[in-house]
Amino acid sequence: MVQKKKRLVIRSIILAILVAAIAYTVYVTATKDPNKVIKAGDSAPNFVLTDLDGKKHQLSDYKGQGVLLNFWGTWCPPCKEEMPALNNAYAKYKDQNVQVISINIAQSNFEVQNFVDEYKLNFPMTIDRSKSVMRAYNVDQLPATFLINKEGKITEIITHGITETQFEQYMESIKPQ
Amino acid sequence: MAKIICECGHSNPTGTLLCGKCGRPLTEEESNKKVVDMRYEGTAIRSKTYKTTFIDRIWNFFSSVKIGVTLIVITLVLAAIGTFLPQLMYVSVPPGVSPVDVYAEKYGFFGRIYYNLGFSDIYSSWWFQIVVGMLAASIIIASLDRGIPLYKSLKNQRVLRHESFMKRQRVIGEKSVDEAEAQKTLDSVEQEMKALRYKVSRENNALLAEKGRFARWGPYINHVGLIIFIIGVMLRLMPGFYLDKSLWVREGETAAIPGIEGYYVHNNQFIFETYGDSQEAVSESQTAADAINARAKNYQTDVTLYKEDGKGEVLAGNTEHLEKIKDYSIQVNKPLKYDGFALYQMDFRQNELKTMNFELVNKKSGKSFGKVSIDLTNPKKEYVINKDTKIQLKQYYADFSGFKDGEPQSASGIPNNPAFIFNMITPEVPKGEMSFVAIKQTLEPLGETKNQMKFSSVETRNASNFTVRQDKTLPILLVGGVIFMFGVTIGSYWSHRRLWVQYTKDGRILMSAHTNKNWFSMKKDLDQVVSKTNLPTYIDQLDQDKKQDAEQGKGDEA
Repeated sequence: MVQKKKRLVIRSIILAILVAAIAYTVYVTATKDPNKVIKAGDSAPNFVLTDLDGKKHQLSDYKGQGVLLNFWGTWCPPCKEEMPALNNAYAKYKDQNVQVISINIAQSNFEVQNFVDEYKLNFPMTIDRSKSVMRAYNVDQLPATFLINKEGKITEIITHGITETQFEQYMESIKPQ
Repeated sequence: MAKIICECGHSNPTGTLLCGKCGRPLTEEESNKKVVDMRYEGTAIRSKTYKTTFIDRIWNFFSSVKIGVTLIVITLVLAAIGTFLPQLMYVSVPPGVSPVDVYAEKYGFFGRIYYNLGFSDIYSSWWFQIVVGMLAASIIIASLDRGIPLYKSLKNQRVLRHESFMKRQRVIGEKSVDEAEAQKTLDSVEQEMKALRYKVSRENNALLAEKGRFARWGPYINHVGLIIFIIGVMLRLMPGFYLDKSLWVREGETAAIPGIEGYYVHNNQFIFETYGDSQEAVSESQTAADAINARAKNYQTDVTLYKEDGKGEVLAGNTEHLEKIKDYSIQVNKPLKYDGFALYQMDFRQNELKTMNFELVNKKSGKSFGKVSIDLTNPKKEYVINKDTKIQLKQYYADFSGFKDGEPQSASGIPNNPAFIFNMITPEVPKGEMSFVAIKQTLEPLGETKNQMKFSSVETRNASNFTVRQDKTLPILLVGGVIFMFGVTIGSYWSHRRLWVQYTKDGRILMSAHTNKNWFSMKKDLDQVVSKTNLPTYIDQLDQDKKQDAEQGKGDEA
């Protein structure tokens, strides 16, 4: 009887391992979406970029604060439209520990500086020349706005134009209490 | 559980065909056979032993060879259907179009069904993975069920076997001799068999000579190889083990390699050669399509690979601490390989605008003030020709697409169709004159100007498209493959040969021999021993039936 029980246990274990391996493979393949590696709830990939004034911005330095990342390009009309709204919202929340980092996709200094001057933008403006930050965040559509809370987790990804009221709501949501 | 007690007193598990100790046949069927089945040494295949619990039933299902063969056939049929239409990764799906529509449009209703059933991406289909998984389960369980009893049985072999076992071997011999003669024969057989590199064991009046037992493990070893191989293929589907991405890099640009953290590639030069214009890169007027028609000889990108040197943190965007790894010319089928990943030359785009050259001229006299060269990827605010003459760049639109609400628009950040707003400062007009300049279009929004920016020439550059591949499963696949081949080789080129000899109490010498394959060589060994000793001449019980046509014995596989 002891032997019979032992046999049953061994067989059950082997079968369980095999079933688990197959189930895991199927699960991983079914949930793998090559276009959405980054999603809300993930921790935000760290990066460092230099802004137009020469100041370095490393994401990890802003731990404890809410961070709003805004990817954009001058050729993208909704990006341009939301810029003044973002600028106003930034003015309101910059003293409440919500940081804005704007990331231009590999354009020239001239174009970006011109744009900043024209729109009188006050938040840090960086240029992702090697597109490595864009790749790390898997941005394939502009504008793309990432909300990052004080723990460094992405709480929301928005891929359309945003109004000033919405910006304020978003910033409120990542404001450290 | 009922045991089978043999006449010799040994207790065998249910399902045993030949007694584990003396070799007596234990079933009616086995007793009636002229030659017994030695494939598993007559041991009970485990699955046939117990059929009680639910787990045992599942176990027995996978242990069945019939089920195994069925699973192999199903796998092959499904994989074959997977080749009817191109797999998804080889189909170009335009952005914004659903792949199912591409299949439906190209292959009609069949294409739609094919896609919906998942044949278009067969390795990612759950049903295909389940079938292969079941096949793996079948291989593992069937091997355990047969391999373990076989191993135990061969390890605990008895030298003295019962006469009924000896008589039911394929090769047998018998002869009456006296005791002293028998001892002499056994001694000489031992010597001769040792000379043939058999392992010989003696027990009273019995002798067992054995050679090449490991050949019986061949099939089990190759099953291990197969399982490792399947595990490797499974890992390929897991994130982090297999990577296949693509990137565009223009000449002069440095880009992060997607999926490979900390590595950057710089495009120094793209070279396209055709038969006929040997060394020269293709002339400017040729489009990519023309170029391909001109019988391509070489597509090559000279790149420099950079890595973050580790002084800075490995961070996206951190390109300050790049360390040059090497220069390399990537050609088709000659990828840049480094640190487990490879960059392949996949595509190219020629003649993207890079620099535009203008000449500032007086409209009336045609007199030139000087030239201005604008780098389209990094335009400057001001271009100074001399103290009183300079060009101020007011606006730049990389990909001018027309006006909207009176404002120039750009369709992308790539300089496909550059447009500029210049302020031309000359000694004549020190305050400057505004001019909007695009390709084949000049506007003077603030009144007519005396001078103009006359287009003189362009410089272009090419862009290369690379595919990044990283496959960490390759070593696993290689190990699996090597073990598999090792098992096949062992099982094919070596055979397990045994000779039993015993002197019975009633004064006879009995001999019998068995090999799992290659009877021809077994008999050669036997002929040599028989000729040099006093062993009886042997007969092949199967040959008696089938005459001489099967001299080169096919034998059973182990």
